[in-house]
Amino acid sequence: MWTFLGSECLFFGSLISNYLVSKGKSLVGPYPHEMFDIPFTSVSTFALLMSSLMMVLAYAAIQKGNQRGVRIWLLATAFLGLVFLGGQFYEFTSFVREGLTLQTNLFGASFFLLTGFHGAHVTIGVIWLLSLWVVAMRGGLTREKSLNVDLAALYWHFVDVIWIIIFTVVYLIP
Amino acid sequence: MEGKTQGLPAHAETSEHKHPGPGTYVLVGTVLVMLTATEVAVYYISSLRGLLVPILLVLSAAKFSLVVLFYMHLKFDSRLFRGLFFGGLALASALMLALLLLFRVFFGG
Repeated sequence: MWTFLGSECLFFGSLISNYLVSKGKSLVGPYPHEMFDIPFTSVSTFALLMSSLMMVLAYAAIQKGNQRGVRIWLLATAFLGLVFLGGQFYEFTSFVREGLTLQTNLFGASFFLLTGFHGAHVTIGVIWLLSLWVVAMRGGLTREKSLNVDLAALYWHFVDVIWIIIFTVVYLIP
Repeated sequence: MEGKTQGLPAHAETSEHKHPGPGTYVLVGTVLVMLTATEVAVYYISSLRGLLVPILLVLSAAKFSLVVLFYMHLKFDSRLFRGLFFGGLALASALMLALLLLFRVFFGG
């Protein structure tokens, strides 16, 4: 898992570089400052940060053999992941309505590529979490199988740290 | 001991008891929320415009470190895992720096 996450650093490093290289080079609008809704994205960021807290509480619960706790925290993590994805879906559709698509300009192409791939990672994470939750509901997630939660948690936290960078570099830095 | 640790990852055998508890996780979560709120507040303070980029980068790096060290428990895991992750991160940083220099991003090109 750590090797995979190391390689994912390179993947997202390339996408973030691509965004930064393309920044300010769009020949036609719309431009970033016309599109971003910082308060809205801050709420999405809050949801993703809190989902990481829920995930680590699920990990702590399985380490103690607390199966009820694992079920609750896994479901809470997946729910907050879905809240984040809902926010991203709303943001993408409103951008498209306002005329920004993947083909509009360099900003649109690099923005949708970066945040779209991140959203795809979150989607995979939510599916993974819900699968674990189903296993937990059937009583199959015991303390001896804590590695399953550990690996999902590592992936989920990685998705969170990538968003920490994206939120700063893409949304906040002018 | 043998039966108890069977099927657990290598780091779980050695560091299970070193991992922080839920109290520490909640504390880290609170700090993460406060740092994010500070980032957003700084974004809206016009008198800090000149220092905006360095402030945001420092706050972002602090959040990144907190999640990686505590939530991903790299602070408590083996050096091998740290090497694998930070090796990838170092390569990614070098790649980003090379690309940004190549495209003259720092020089307004």
